[in-house]
Amino acid sequence: MQELLTFTIIGLSTGAIYAVVASGLVVTYTTSGIFNLAHGATGMLAAFTYWQLRFDWDLPAPLALFITLFVLCPLFGIVTERFVMRGLQGTTEVVRLSVTVALFAFMIGLANWIWPNDASREAFLKFFEGNSISIGGFNVSWHRLITFGCAVVVAIILRIVLYKTRMGVAMRAVVDDRNLTELNGGRPDRVSMFAWAMGASLAGLAGILLAGDQQLNIEPLTLLVINAYAAAIIGRLKSLPLTFLGAGLLGLLDAYYLMISDESWFPQTAFGFSLSGIRAALPTIVLFIALLARPQSRLRVGTAKLRDDNRVPEWRTAILGAVVLVVVVVGISGMLTRSNTLLLLNGFTFAMVTLSLVPLTGYAGQMSLAPLTFAGLGAIAMSKLPGNGSLLTLIAAIAIVAVVGAIVALPALRLSGIYLALSTAAFAVMVSKIVFNQRQTFQTGNITVPVLRVPFVTIDSPRARLILASVCFAILGLIVVAVRRSRLGRRLIALKDSPAAAATLGMSLTRTKLAAFAISAGIAACAGALAGDKVSPQQYDFTQSLPIVLLAVVGGVGSVAGALFGGMLLGGNSVLATIVPTVKNLTKIGPGTIGITLGRNPQGAAAQIGDSFRPLTEQPRLIAISAAGAVGVWALDTTNVISHWSFFVASVVWILAVSPNLPALMAAAPARRAMAVAWLAIAMVIAAGVDWGTALDATGKRIILIIGLVALFGVGAQRLLESAPRMHDSSPDLAGLDRDFDREEIELAEQKIGVVL
Amino acid sequence: MTSAPILELRNVRAGYGSIDVLHGVNLTIGRGEVVALLGPNGAGKSTTIKVISGLLRPSSGHLIVAGRDVTGASAGALARAGLCTIPEGRGIFPNLTVRENLLMATFSGHKMSDIEEKTYARFPRLSERRTQLAGTMSGGEQQMLSLARALATDPAILLLDELSMGLAPLIVAELYAQVAAIAAEGVSVLVVEQFARTVLGVADTAVLLTHGSVRMAGKASDIGDDVLAGAYLGS
Repeated sequence: MQELLTFTIIGLSTGAIYAVVASGLVVTYTTSGIFNLAHGATGMLAAFTYWQLRFDWDLPAPLALFITLFVLCPLFGIVTERFVMRGLQGTTEVVRLSVTVALFAFMIGLANWIWPNDASREAFLKFFEGNSISIGGFNVSWHRLITFGCAVVVAIILRIVLYKTRMGVAMRAVVDDRNLTELNGGRPDRVSMFAWAMGASLAGLAGILLAGDQQLNIEPLTLLVINAYAAAIIGRLKSLPLTFLGAGLLGLLDAYYLMISDESWFPQTAFGFSLSGIRAALPTIVLFIALLARPQSRLRVGTAKLRDDNRVPEWRTAILGAVVLVVVVVGISGMLTRSNTLLLLNGFTFAMVTLSLVPLTGYAGQMSLAPLTFAGLGAIAMSKLPGNGSLLTLIAAIAIVAVVGAIVALPALRLSGIYLALSTAAFAVMVSKIVFNQRQTFQTGNITVPVLRVPFVTIDSPRARLILASVCFAILGLIVVAVRRSRLGRRLIALKDSPAAAATLGMSLTRTKLAAFAISAGIAACAGALAGDKVSPQQYDFTQSLPIVLLAVVGGVGSVAGALFGGMLLGGNSVLATIVPTVKNLTKIGPGTIGITLGRNPQGAAAQIGDSFRPLTEQPRLIAISAAGAVGVWALDTTNVISHWSFFVASVVWILAVSPNLPALMAAAPARRAMAVAWLAIAMVIAAGVDWGTALDATGKRIILIIGLVALFGVGAQRLLESAPRMHDSSPDLAGLDRDFDREEIELAEQKIGVVL
Repeated sequence: MTSAPILELRNVRAGYGSIDVLHGVNLTIGRGEVVALLGPNGAGKSTTIKVISGLLRPSSGHLIVAGRDVTGASAGALARAGLCTIPEGRGIFPNLTVRENLLMATFSGHKMSDIEEKTYARFPRLSERRTQLAGTMSGGEQQMLSLARALATDPAILLLDELSMGLAPLIVAELYAQVAAIAAEGVSVLVVEQFARTVLGVADTAVLLTHGSVRMAGKASDIGDDVLAGAYLGS
């Protein structure tokens, strides 16, 4: 009985923290429609800030608390709303979620930068450390009591603010109908700012309470929030009382499980599998069940959206791209140092995992936060199945994981949007905690995945593995293109565009979703199975999946090129960090910073870059010129006329600054053309003529040089060609042919046709 | 000053993206006047309302309220200045209770107690439902709630967009009786309606919009069935 009371108190105090976290999540969701995955990271940052003020700079606790919770946190929330979230109105749920992932990555990077993990620091003390009070014969620390008190106070304040004040009612009104709020005379922007400020303060409070209870560590503080998702979902993301109830239950469940798992009768294993990971996975199991208990969401009716890039990839472009990719990799792989080869290899692995999101998220519009989990399962299958890395083993591994993917998707099929994303997150955490820590999977913390055995070729060097990876990516990319061009591809697009319309046409949404999940899991599994090296379970953790999802969206999740771009960006970011120590800290916040800009460019970067190359690809003659130039630069390098670095600089300048300008160059007037050609020739001479390997001593400087050259000469040439006089004032008959109609002409035309009276 | 019309659109062009919907609309509403804005689907009626309410910034032309050029003012600012817009569909917040919906009307500067008193006096049914979520009420009750904002906040101008949408004729008649009552208090009203007959009984003036420009404006009683049929069916 005494024990039960003890554990009840422990459980309630854990539940109190969950309640504060979950209520913050609910407040931001109900007032902005954005599920803030970065909520925990905000709390973590607040806890560190509080530590800095309170223990490093020795401010008194009340002052430090006041500054953190009532000045800095609200300020942070306001800045987030104003500069990040406001741009997200009218974008898809995938983009919105990705931006919060970006924020998450940004804040973790920032915390790592300001408070390096290895630094020794003053202890983070509990409130009134050492003081406790006796309740029913059990000593309860003041910290626990304060935690519990905070939850109660938060509950009361939220209830009053949200339901009794006009500001609170307006916060909920904004989610219902932003325009109508304005028509009522409300100020939606101010209301949203207030909501984000409040959310940030709640996250901060939870973070500080948690840091006192646990330790001041970046990861655990950020991730404990995932446990609170379950409470928020029990509250259906809108009911605060249910959220508090859920949080309490979650806390108690955890405490009671801890209590009974110590008993002698409690099984430690089942069917030979260890049960030790169950406790850590409990909240996610609850989350999964709570999600499944949600009522089926109504089928969404599609609206005409022109923001998504839905161009169907051409076979010609796809095959050309695949060949060029492999040729380029073969070409440059000889010049790379061993460590750079491994980094590029890493980039390809990421790119393949990112590619797994293209059919699922890009085509079918289903969000998954667990791509790496499937890659991890693929790696396990590859190493455990017989055959020691034969092609058959790979195929078997892919098939098994694809089936697992479909089975996992089965219960989640009735979910959509954020709920589906959360259920995949729950799945990812469950697999990490329960499957990956088994004796049978990751025996000693890591396993060796055998290198794929290809007939007639031995793959024994990093260079060979790199080429293999590029070939595999090319093949997978072509498969994805084939899927997109098939009947199934059209179904996937239909599923994204309008589930309701697709269903009324008699299309089975269930089978289409299952297929999307299976394909995605299979591709991810292939990426994992091709690891060809020692891998550890940490590599496939849920938190590692988040940057992948983010960069997939940044690169452009709707296309294979976008996946490659996103994967390389992720790989390249670590490249940058290793070779440019001076900007190492900047690269920590890199992915986050990139992602935050998504609000302004939801289509992703690859689409934008692709757009600048589009005129080029329409003219075979120019493609040939562009390719010939690249080959020429490469030939200069292999004949040792120029150094590797000069080759690198020259080819980047050629591809990014010269090639996109070729079409405009051809169309320009002769005088302009001569000027632009001279301008670009100067660029190429500078790039190739100087031995950058010796002229500059650091890789970082060389990269900055490349960016500078591309920007200066590329944009310069563009300007030169753009300012060329247009010939449209030649004849009115050509209006609409060589230029767009202007407004008056349109009206005149409409009147003549009789459209306008 | 008193002779200046309460609201005036001067050669307003507006649209979405590169597509123009209004091609130079001129419109005048006198003080205390009830103007019906008629026209077939796609004529630009709702776009006109959006421009007047401040939700859509015109690409050229001027919006003048009580003699002041307010082109480009935000919807919120116009609303606080006494412009009350009941948008197309239901002008209510479905996930707020009836009372909370009324609380949102207090942004106009009126006291909650006054708003509640006036509303419940006019629509006793809403008083029974004050703690109910607005979205769970019947269509007619929802439209009563949206009209309540116009009734209780005593606006200078009232804009009504498709009040009758999806409602039974009997309820529409009841709602327009309320509009007439509001107009009788001296409020200037602009009513957009597809069903011309329902609204011409209430209106003083009618403006017929086709293809984004004003085709005809005149006394409501002068607009005959032949004119309407011509405009709607295309003659």
